[in-house]
Amino acid sequence: MKLLSYFRGEAFQRGVHPPSCKLTADTKIRRLPFPPKVIVPLSQHIGKPPRPVVKIGQEVVRGQPIARTDDWLSVPHHAPVTGVVEFVGLRPGVRGPWGDSIVIRAHPGATQEDLWGQPQDLSDTTRDALLQAIWDTGMVGLGGAAFPTHAKLTVPKQAKVHTLVVNGCECEPYLTCDHRVMVEQADDLVIGIRYAMRATGAVRAIVGIEDNKPDAAEAIRKAVERHGPAPEGDIHAELVPTKYPQGSEKMLIMALFGVEIPAGGLPVSIGMVVNNVGTLAALGRLLPRGRGLTERVVTITGPGVARPGDYIVPLGTPLRFILDYAGAQAVDARQVILGGPMMGQAAASLDVSITKGISGVLVLRGDEAMRHEDRKIYPCIKCAECVESCPMGLNPSTLGMLAAKREYDLMGEQYFLGECFECGCCSYVCPSNIPLVQQFRVAKQMLREKAVATK
Amino acid sequence: MTIEIRSAPHIKTPKSVEMIMRHVVWSLLPICAFFIYQYGLSALASLVVVTGSCLITERLFARTGTQSGDIRDYSAVITGILLALSLPPAFPLWMGAVAGFVAIALGKALFGGIGFNVFNPALVGRAFAQAAFPQAIATYSPSFLPGRFTEFVPSSLAWPLMQPADMMLWLKDKQLDALAAATPLAKWKFEGVLAGAEELLSSLSGHMAVGPSPALILVCGIYLAFRRFLDWRIPAAILGSAGLTAWLLFALSPDRFPNPFFMMFSGGLILGAIYMATDMATSPVTPKGMWLYGALIGLLTVIIRYYSGLPEGVMYAILLANAATPLIEKVTQPTPFGKSALARLGQARRGASYPLHPGYISREDAGAVTPRKKFLSQKPKQDERRKPGDQP
Repeated sequence: MKLLSYFRGEAFQRGVHPPSCKLTADTKIRRLPFPPKVIVPLSQHIGKPPRPVVKIGQEVVRGQPIARTDDWLSVPHHAPVTGVVEFVGLRPGVRGPWGDSIVIRAHPGATQEDLWGQPQDLSDTTRDALLQAIWDTGMVGLGGAAFPTHAKLTVPKQAKVHTLVVNGCECEPYLTCDHRVMVEQADDLVIGIRYAMRATGAVRAIVGIEDNKPDAAEAIRKAVERHGPAPEGDIHAELVPTKYPQGSEKMLIMALFGVEIPAGGLPVSIGMVVNNVGTLAALGRLLPRGRGLTERVVTITGPGVARPGDYIVPLGTPLRFILDYAGAQAVDARQVILGGPMMGQAAASLDVSITKGISGVLVLRGDEAMRHEDRKIYPCIKCAECVESCPMGLNPSTLGMLAAKREYDLMGEQYFLGECFECGCCSYVCPSNIPLVQQFRVAKQMLREKAVATK
Repeated sequence: MTIEIRSAPHIKTPKSVEMIMRHVVWSLLPICAFFIYQYGLSALASLVVVTGSCLITERLFARTGTQSGDIRDYSAVITGILLALSLPPAFPLWMGAVAGFVAIALGKALFGGIGFNVFNPALVGRAFAQAAFPQAIATYSPSFLPGRFTEFVPSSLAWPLMQPADMMLWLKDKQLDALAAATPLAKWKFEGVLAGAEELLSSLSGHMAVGPSPALILVCGIYLAFRRFLDWRIPAAILGSAGLTAWLLFALSPDRFPNPFFMMFSGGLILGAIYMATDMATSPVTPKGMWLYGALIGLLTVIIRYYSGLPEGVMYAILLANAATPLIEKVTQPTPFGKSALARLGQARRGASYPLHPGYISREDAGAVTPRKKFLSQKPKQDERRKPGDQP
């Protein structure tokens, strides 16, 4: 396989091909019913949490801002349901620690239509006004990182952006939400891309899609034709070879343009901005209507649910409600993963809610988890599988042995631990079943703490 | 509903240590079968005794709790089979058992078991046998003897701690030329007789004192490399470097040195290159390191074979390269993504779908166009590309 990919000159080096398991690739996006109660954590994104602007007992309308901020690296939140604010305070968060949240009890009789937003014409606004409008939607990267979109689209003064890369790879197994968004919301996506091109000043946009989703590329090409030539520049849909982790922006840029982003650099250093398709499709739908982000498409899938599918889920919907609706009780569901199986996080509690950065809820059955668990952990046999699969070109075998000896400084200084983005390829291929990624996470945390302590 | 928490990634390949080792054992089985077909009962007994001795030793050390592996991971089976294949088929059984014990005990268990050994255990066992029983290990029996499936070669059944029966006398009884008991390498070294590449490759011509057929080992090795249970770089580097060195010397003085084909297909070079040098724990993990390691083995093999008093040099070459592995790994660490010369110069890899023109950013203002993609479907021809200024 490696030899073959070398001759085809394809994509980035190394990486893995996990079984795709896209169970829901052909089912349409459906709407999840509104839950009786939503929990909106204030910190759903990278950056500071906004401050709540509602009080307990206050009536809110769907789409009404419930938390505002003046900090650039932060976003406002909007009420996902029409109802009454029941509680403002600490609630369990997705990452474990409790965080400030707003709990809203939905009106059972409300139509739950978004009546708050005012249609706005953004056809000839300035770049700053456009960025302000994007900020007001509360948009963050919906691919998983949840970085505020307006900050990502802001080009530093000394830099110039020529290309907007739209990430439609969705390389994680099981997840199909981006795929369905590209197929069903291609028009919104094209509108969103054009806004993003104007905000960044890019003269072309390229949608990178893995070649296991040719229908998505076709849908986008048709939508681009329908919308006619854009004043902003050309929009292309491009197939890239299917390989994990293609969805990482460095890998996608390598696959599309054949350039390596220098270590420690951002895509903007070579004149590019990368955005997720889900983000831009939501932007294309929300911006003209002047609405805020109140719902997102989530893939609810895995062998542990009876009714897998892509659902439009109001933000703040508790996991328990979703799992009941998808039929997780019927089967022996044992592990709930937020995100995909390679990088997703196991949910610690079913009381946490869907936030802006959660693209999938993967439910695994108990018997599968057990099979995973029964495997013995051997010492590293130096088979070099991890070295052959690390997309960042690191040496996970040596790093793992150093981590076992707690040589964290050496890992950071000589073996480039800081370049690791925890894609999970090394742990996935390891025949000795060594939890490499987990060791690296611990090592990175230790190094971070040390850096803070010595500052 | 109870939920469990684990660390990502939540899925894993089915490939495990046991699976890798099991596949290597399977791929060795046809080679063993051919070995038994060549040498009969003695070879079978040697394989069974040596492998059994390795397994018993492994079990013994696993019980002490000082090592993490066990006989269930099949790695001791590989050591045993490889050791038996590298010994002469009529090697006295008690010596084989001792060599098997030494292989596992000194070669593997003392270092901490699977994954921790510095030297290939099978070769440690063979090196011990070479030092302890120099006469027995140099005495090969000819292949395809009549009646090989019904009687043992007398040297196999030597009593423990006793000298084995004399092979030459036994061969004379069988009305065979004493020269038949010398390996092709020894024949070349001491008699100046060269065997043809064809008979070497197949090992099928009568009464030759050779190990299992190199052609068969190559086929099994290709299967393993294809399934990615061994790294193809190491055998390629060994055979390439040995062949190149031998060819250079042959070109310099053809009457003094044998041709490179003889060098590559005689002795244990193929077995060593495919099964011994590729032992995962003792070979480098870095791709560049694998090339270096293989090249070192090939070079050392040829030098030992040509200039030393020994006819065979693969074993020492691999053991020396094993010792050099940590150093090789240290100097051949892979370059991380974004730190290569490519990234520093801002150069694009060839064959990308949207090549970035160096002057692209400056051309933006002058109405630049998007270059078309270069791979996958709807590949546009060079002249069909859009010219600047055309309407889409």
